[in-house]
Amino acid sequence: MIEIEQVSLRYRDAKILQDVNLTLPKGGLTALIGPNGAGKSSLLSLIARLQPLQSGRIRVDGLPVDTTPSRQLARTLAILRQDAGVASRLRVRELVGFGRFPHNGGRIDDADRALIDKALRQFELEEFADRFLDTLSGGQRQRALVAMTFCQGTGYMLLDEPLNNLDMFFARQLMRHLRAAVEQQNRTVIVVLHDVNHAAVYADRIVAMKAGRIVADGAPADVLRPDVLADVFGYAIEVTEVAGKPFVLHHL
Amino acid sequence: MTADLKPSVNAWLAAGVGLAALSAISLCIGVGDMPPTGLWSDPQALQLLLVSRLPRTLAALLAGAGLAIAGLVMQILARNRFVEPTTAGTGQSAAFGILIATLLFPSASLAWKTVLASVAALAGTSLFLAVAHRLPPTQPFLVALFGLVYGGVVGAAVTFVAWQADLLQFLEIWTTGEFSGVLRGRYEILWVTAAAVALAWWIADRLTIASLGRDASVGLGLNYRRVVQLGLVIVSIISALSVVVVGMIPFVGLVVPNLVSRSLGDNLSAALPRVAATGAALVLSCDIVGRLIRYPYEIPVGTVLGVVGAGLFLWILFGRAQRV
Repeated sequence: MIEIEQVSLRYRDAKILQDVNLTLPKGGLTALIGPNGAGKSSLLSLIARLQPLQSGRIRVDGLPVDTTPSRQLARTLAILRQDAGVASRLRVRELVGFGRFPHNGGRIDDADRALIDKALRQFELEEFADRFLDTLSGGQRQRALVAMTFCQGTGYMLLDEPLNNLDMFFARQLMRHLRAAVEQQNRTVIVVLHDVNHAAVYADRIVAMKAGRIVADGAPADVLRPDVLADVFGYAIEVTEVAGKPFVLHHL
Repeated sequence: MTADLKPSVNAWLAAGVGLAALSAISLCIGVGDMPPTGLWSDPQALQLLLVSRLPRTLAALLAGAGLAIAGLVMQILARNRFVEPTTAGTGQSAAFGILIATLLFPSASLAWKTVLASVAALAGTSLFLAVAHRLPPTQPFLVALFGLVYGGVVGAAVTFVAWQADLLQFLEIWTTGEFSGVLRGRYEILWVTAAAVALAWWIADRLTIASLGRDASVGLGLNYRRVVQLGLVIVSIISALSVVVVGMIPFVGLVVPNLVSRSLGDNLSAALPRVAATGAALVLSCDIVGRLIRYPYEIPVGTVLGVVGAGLFLWILFGRAQRV
């Protein structure tokens, strides 16, 4: 369970987050949506202790994120940042292997190797496994970073706009892998999405943010409604239904 | 980490044989007469070997390996491939430390001067990093450029103080790398470099993760600040030792990590031994060249490396442009 109580965040005079309260039970896929600058990434990086908590409390699996040893937290929670630009010339297999660092401290054993191979296979990276990251396309690199996040093998995974750079095929495939991680391994996934239609199909719950506050929270059918979307994104958006799921015509 | 065993064994063998051959050549070259066959019968030749040739060769190997590793670690800390301690203020700060030590405690031993130089290098490099991390990551050349300016400013301050104190001649010794003054009893402190290199190898995985950036490091449970601090200590100690014992040697920290990265990548547990061996080989060969080119006179190794290093650097730049 992730418990967020009265969390606020300021950067100089700007209020990034204001009194955010949110409880996400264990298991399930939650999508965070909202316009640019709503505070989604900030909330994610606070949960993942990438920034110091200014006020309020956050616990993951009962562990307070500001006082729990970082290494222990890294075995509970993995985060993929949106701007995880990797400048290092690492091979894909090496990068994915570093996902095991919180567990093995750098000494890779056979069990780790099996997990690395599994992650490479899962994201169809086997043919690139021994190539350097800087020789890959943006989408292939993004898949390698996602594979590393999966390989960390944590109960909680936070992903900030993981569909960046991915084509339709791999975007859909990543969402299905996230779904499978939730259903088969009972992992808890929080993902920031800009394409609300992916959220409509794959999320159990959608949390909409705007100007540092949570403005809507519920099942996809309850959040992806014209009135809620107009409030969140600031323009009139039509919603229809395709295959029993809400389909948001945000581009019209 | 995942490199196959066989090529790495071959690479080790090649590196070992190459370094041994270079060392043998280095031991045989010099103005004094030292026939290898007469070593055991001629006590003077043995004396020459033990007092001058061997210390000089070891100093070149240690300084070369250390400077290459210092450059590598510095590039990780700055997250920029185009910085190195001798241009970005670390070497200049170390020289400042020795200058202060010479002014305030003229009778201080070499070890104490090294300590002061290390402390000054640590302070100077910390300031460089603090500024470098505030520069926009989208403009990698800004960091390198800032390093050059910063190193120039610190260097100018050092020159000014040295000029005021009438110590310019000493300054020349610290800023021009050369091995001709290396004798038994005056180089042993360089062995601390080997310890610093060993420390870098011990934390190789952590340094590699740190090179992924702060957020990725914290996400993997790494104590990012601790790794940066350790890295700073490694860079500062190696640079200070090198300045104190042999003077500043340019380009080693810049070109060697870039050359090795092209073939082996940036996974330090694999690349670090190769970086150290390449740095040692480069500095020792340049010292040998400097001893031969105007025999029986010498050209300082810093001058030789200025030419060779600049050539290598241009080659790296243009090779990179071709690949993209």
